Amino acid sequence: MRFPLHVLLLMGLVLAPPLAFASPPAATPLPKDSIYGIPTLILRDQQNDVFSFASLRGEPRLVGMFYGSCKMACPLEIETLKRIEHAIAQKRPIPVLLVTFDPTVDDVAMLRQVADEHHVQTPQFRLARPEEGDEGMLAGVLGIAYRPLLSGGFSHNVVVALLDAEGRVIATTDASGAPDPAFVRAIVDLEAKR
Amino acid sequence: MSNRLAGCLLLLAISPAATAADYVAIPAGRFVSALAIDGSASRIAIKPFTMRAEPVTNAEYLTFVSKYPQWQRGRVSPLFAGPQYLAAWQGPLILGAAAQQQPVTNVSWFAARAFCANEHARLPSWYEWEYVSAADGTHRDARQDQARNQTLLSAILASNGERPGVIGQHHANFYGLRDLNQLLWEWTGDYAAMFPNADSRVAGGGALLALCGGSALAFEDKNQYALMMRVAALTALKPADDAPRVGFRCVRDLPGK
Repeated sequence: MRFPLHVLLLMGLVLAPPLAFASPPAATPLPKDSIYGIPTLILRDQQNDVFSFASLRGEPRLVGMFYGSCKMACPLEIETLKRIEHAIAQKRPIPVLLVTFDPTVDDVAMLRQVADEHHVQTPQFRLARPEEGDEGMLAGVLGIAYRPLLSGGFSHNVVVALLDAEGRVIATTDASGAPDPAFVRAIVDLEAKR
Repeated sequence: MSNRLAGCLLLLAISPAATAADYVAIPAGRFVSALAIDGSASRIAIKPFTMRAEPVTNAEYLTFVSKYPQWQRGRVSPLFAGPQYLAAWQGPLILGAAAQQQPVTNVSWFAARAFCANEHARLPSWYEWEYVSAADGTHRDARQDQARNQTLLSAILASNGERPGVIGQHHANFYGLRDLNQLLWEWTGDYAAMFPNADSRVAGGGALLALCGGSALAFEDKNQYALMMRVAALTALKPADDAPRVGFRCVRDLPGK
């Protein structure tokens, strides 16, 4: 079960004041095709840090979704992203954000467990759960669809998007094993332009 | 935390304005979907929820976009809506020839989702929609009534893609819901995940690996042609797409259930 942020605040479960989520005033308006323009989505990562999705604007990033109890596609997704990082190792690492679409199960402990299993750390590799807002909007703009299965788990696809600093989707990959060379090249090209 | 406490707090948190629309209670139940996407003859458990008695109208959607300019035609992000968004309206805030009591159509899945979120609601799941649409005026499940099935099919075949008429012209069904089966097609929250392997973005050798749970299109009940046409039409749309006969209605979870 999910609660609006103000309910969590009432219950004393959120320590940071809402003002902490406000993005610093941007010098330029967000481009219309920036996925940071989705309705406000507040996330909490494996280190218990709370932040707004839109606050990530400012540098290129890889963004996808997953769920913690996933046995096959999601572990493969994380390992593929590590291989992609390795493939661009001569450059600075590109930050990764994966948001769970199973927030009722994936609490911070679960996020930390998945992060530990894959040896990934913040701030470079963030696993996060939605705290407030509609993660379905994020899924929609990324081309990700998911549906709970009767037998447990989800039917879903995997899409990881390369975002430029403004949040425009530059390239996508299904992150299903060997790094897609075109996707790796898109990351390197984007870095080179900065 | 206890669910009961959370439920009470949730009730307190909902503003009076959020209850303006007419939502009716849908009791819990089990049914066999006409689709075999979760295996043959799976009995689907539906939790109780409430659902808008009628589809969202042009008038209601106009109120929404008046309050939230980011969803107005001409201002909305191209990520969320295409060039035909609200095409029947004369202007971004003028209905013109579009009747107030017609269901709003040419709305994207994103827009429908945002409208429902604004009234502390969500889009129904496919199973929730199918569950309530199985009813006729007196039965919870009228899907074996061949005359009914023929009527629904004829209505779909006669519709020809023009915009639907005004809401509320047909009798309410068993639950008190109107216009589920004949007037228009409705977005569901999970429509894109019914056959996720059909997504071109996971095409090729990665398709199998890209799915934790694969599913294949199969209609269990071959009498449900009208339903089949709905599924085919919905799953052909991308979430930013819209169509002249596709609208929506919202549902709410019952606190603590």
